[in-house]
Amino acid sequence: MNAAPPETLRALLRSGPGLRFETAAGSLLGDAPRGHVRGAAALAGRSVLIGARSQLAAARALVELDGLAARLVICPPDFTAERLASAIEQANVEVVASDDPQKDFGVPRPVAEIADCSARQDESACSAPLHSQWLLPTSGTTGAPKLVAHSLASLLGAIKAPGDARPPVWATFYDIRRYGGLQIFLRACVSGAVLLIAEAEETLDEFILRCRSARVTHVSGTPSHWRKLLMHPGRKLLEPEYIRLSGEIADRAILSALREAYPGARIVHAYASTEAGVGFEVTDEMEGFPASFLDGCGEVELRLRDGSLHLRSPRTAARYVGRDDLKLLSEDGFVDTDDMVERIGDRCFFKGRRAGVINIGGLKVHPEEIERVINADERVRMSRVGARRNPISGNIVVADVVLKDAADGDEETKREILESCRAQLPRHMVPAVMRFVPHIEVLASGKLARNHA
Amino acid sequence: MSIRLTITSQIQNIAAEQHKKIAPLDDKLLLSESGLDSLCFAILVARLEDELGVDPFTASEEVYFPTTLGEFIELYERRPA
Repeated sequence: MNAAPPETLRALLRSGPGLRFETAAGSLLGDAPRGHVRGAAALAGRSVLIGARSQLAAARALVELDGLAARLVICPPDFTAERLASAIEQANVEVVASDDPQKDFGVPRPVAEIADCSARQDESACSAPLHSQWLLPTSGTTGAPKLVAHSLASLLGAIKAPGDARPPVWATFYDIRRYGGLQIFLRACVSGAVLLIAEAEETLDEFILRCRSARVTHVSGTPSHWRKLLMHPGRKLLEPEYIRLSGEIADRAILSALREAYPGARIVHAYASTEAGVGFEVTDEMEGFPASFLDGCGEVELRLRDGSLHLRSPRTAARYVGRDDLKLLSEDGFVDTDDMVERIGDRCFFKGRRAGVINIGGLKVHPEEIERVINADERVRMSRVGARRNPISGNIVVADVVLKDAADGDEETKREILESCRAQLPRHMVPAVMRFVPHIEVLASGKLARNHA
Repeated sequence: MSIRLTITSQIQNIAAEQHKKIAPLDDKLLLSESGLDSLCFAILVARLEDELGVDPFTASEEVYFPTTLGEFIELYERRPA
């Protein structure tokens, strides 16, 4: 029996309602002709790194090369030459596709240019489409990147076919070269949506204005992205129908702040990771997720093992590439997410990353648990809890706090926030020192910058 | 505020926050009998680092832990902020 012909991104766009991918600089139409990647035919069956400067170029290369190249290695734009070189070696990359001829990829590889205008290309020269492997680096920030292998099918697994409703107009604060952004890109490809993306040089002001004139209906980002938007006066210009959070813990404070700012919107937080794929969505606007998900959640099975969330589903990555010493799946096919979860009654709550644990006099503390309590104060916009070396207890908890209104930043406010921490947390988790700061750094990934030891 | 006063008022703040009953703060008071536990001292050292700009425990090559309140205050007074 013949296998079904592989579904490629291009075939998907052709058969579906199409995509309109818009940046301030230009747009990509889903049914655009081939020919943005120069000499693409020579990339058939090759391992190709998408090393584009702009998201538009990356999107063009993805549409053009899926089904043609054997491997698509998708690296985020802030990857250093050293990390790019490591990814190139691990994935046996033969050619780099880029719109930036000056870019340093750490090791010399031929560059296939991604151009603005498309060249005419002889489509008959293209062989039958392959099942391209999509390789994405995990979001860990230290050491050599780990590349996980997905297929278009595993990436599309969580995305439902479009209904009869009018196609949404999406905007995302994510970069499409990270798992969270790639999901939105693919979602838009399937549903025939318009997708608005901000390139690095576009300011939040400009992006908000563009979103307003395009009448954006669906917006996605991390809780840190959303806090940043809520601190911006332009937030009032957006009227989303659908708000999606992922990539970090969505605590009660951010969920209720969004509810207040956007009374008409559906607010959904999703659990996903590069390794585990899209796990589940939480639609009841409460933090954590219903414990009933542990009994089964569509195609996804959830387990708590040693306090960590494990997932098994057709959407998980298959394996790490170039790292035979690392196993992505356990014997029984589960991915350990390293996200620590606590079940309280009929609800499960995220406590934080396993690697983010700080040690206070021998007691383990998740910074996120403390941030959740601080963020619940209505004067607080966002906070970051970390450890400071201490000669007595090894480490001590310290907190940086951004207030909604800097005028509240007095000793009285500090005392009251710490008082509510004392009422709700064990004493070793109450910040020893709290500072009010004007802003907290958010990484290019949209997550809080944390200094993991 | 003098270094001594900074230290004693922080001790009183922390004792109040942590609901600890403390002994009268004179120089001969043994730290182990002060009523503060090690977490209280960890907080004290962290706050004094912010207020006085120095952590004499980490700044010093030789690890010297005071036993009385007088010695504790002296440790900070010997290091100009």
